[in-house]
Amino acid sequence: MPRRAAPEVNAGSMADIAFLLLIFFLVTTTIETDSGINRKLPPMEELEDPPVIRERNIFTVLINKNNQLLVEEELADIKELRSLAMAFLDNGGGQNEEACNYCQGSKDSDSSDNPQKAIISLKNDRETSYKMYIAVQNELVAAYNELRNREFALLNPMSGITYTEAEKRYNDPRTSAEEKEKLGPKLDEVKNRFPQKLSEAEPNKSN
Amino acid sequence: MSKFKKKKGGDLPAISTASLPDIVFMLLFFFMVATVMRDSTLMVTNTLPAADQVQKLDKKDRIMYIYAGKPSSRYQDKYGTQARIQLNDKFATVEEVGAFILAERAAKREELQNVLTTALKVDGETKMGLVSDIKQELRKVNALKLNYTTRMGAYNQNLN
Repeated sequence: MPRRAAPEVNAGSMADIAFLLLIFFLVTTTIETDSGINRKLPPMEELEDPPVIRERNIFTVLINKNNQLLVEEELADIKELRSLAMAFLDNGGGQNEEACNYCQGSKDSDSSDNPQKAIISLKNDRETSYKMYIAVQNELVAAYNELRNREFALLNPMSGITYTEAEKRYNDPRTSAEEKEKLGPKLDEVKNRFPQKLSEAEPNKSN
Repeated sequence: MSKFKKKKGGDLPAISTASLPDIVFMLLFFFMVATVMRDSTLMVTNTLPAADQVQKLDKKDRIMYIYAGKPSSRYQDKYGTQARIQLNDKFATVEEVGAFILAERAAKREELQNVLTTALKVDGETKMGLVSDIKQELRKVNALKLNYTTRMGAYNQNLN
C-alpha cells in the first residue's frame, strides 16, 4: 500500500481564532483596583470652644491592647457591634424639635436623641492590632450603611438598587454626568438622615 | 495507463507558520492587559486586613501610597522585625512621612493637589501605634483624605 502524504492544513482562519480568544480575554479580565475604607482625618487646629454634647448622644467604643472591645462601658463581642451601633443611631429618643420622625428604634431615653446628633467615638490603644481596628471600622461603617440602605429603599422604592450600590455608581468615573446629577440629591438626602459622625480619639500609651 | 496518478514522495508538507505571529501577539496583549503595574517593590510584608464595606480607589494619579509592616525576610537581618514604614523604595521613619507627602503633592498637577488621597497599605499584624503616628503626621501636613486599603472579605477573617 502506498503512503499517502497528509494534505496541507489550511491555516488561514488561525488568525481569526486568535483574535476571538484575544477579545474574549479582553472582555473577561478586569484590571485590579484597590479598594478600602475611606476616612477623613480631623484638621490639626483645635476648635476654640468645642460644642457641648450630651453623654447619651455619644457611643463609645474602646479597643484595648488585647483586642478586646468595650462598648458603652460594657465588654462586648465584635459580632454584636453592628447591631449595637445601629440600635444607638436609630434610637431617636429626642423630644419636640429633637424628635426623629424616620427612626425605628426603641426611643430609649438613655440612648441617642437623633441620628444628626449621634456620635460614635472610637478609641484604641497603641498596642491594638491593625486587623482588629479595621474590623471595628468595618462594622461601624456597616451599621451606617445598613441604616442608609433602609432609608434609601424607603425614599426611592422604585430604584431597585441599594444605597451602597448607588454610591458606588456615583463614584464610578464611567457613570454619565446626567445619571450622577440624578443620583447626587438622592444620596445627599440619605446621608443627611444618617450623617457619618465617627470621632477618633488619639490612642493612649500602653501601660 | 492508470487513472490515479501516484503522488510523489512520502514526506509531510510543512505546516504553515503564518499565524504564529498572531498567537504571539495574542499572548502579549493578554499579559499586557492582565498585569498590574506596581511602581515600587515591596520591602515589607503586606497582608492587608479584610473588610467588606469598602469603596473603590479609582484614578491612580491622585493617590499616594504609604506602606507599613514588618520588613520582609530578606531585609530582616539589616532592619530587624519591628514594623516599619516604606515610602517609595526605601524604609522611612515616621518623621519623614510629612516631607514625603509634601514632595508627592508638589509633583502632582495643580488641579489635583487638593483632591489627593493617601492610601495606607498596612499589614494586618502591625500595631495601631505606628498607624496613629502616621495619621498624626498626615494631619500636620493637612493630608486629610485617607483610605485604609483592604482586601475583600468578611470582618471575622481578621479575628485570629
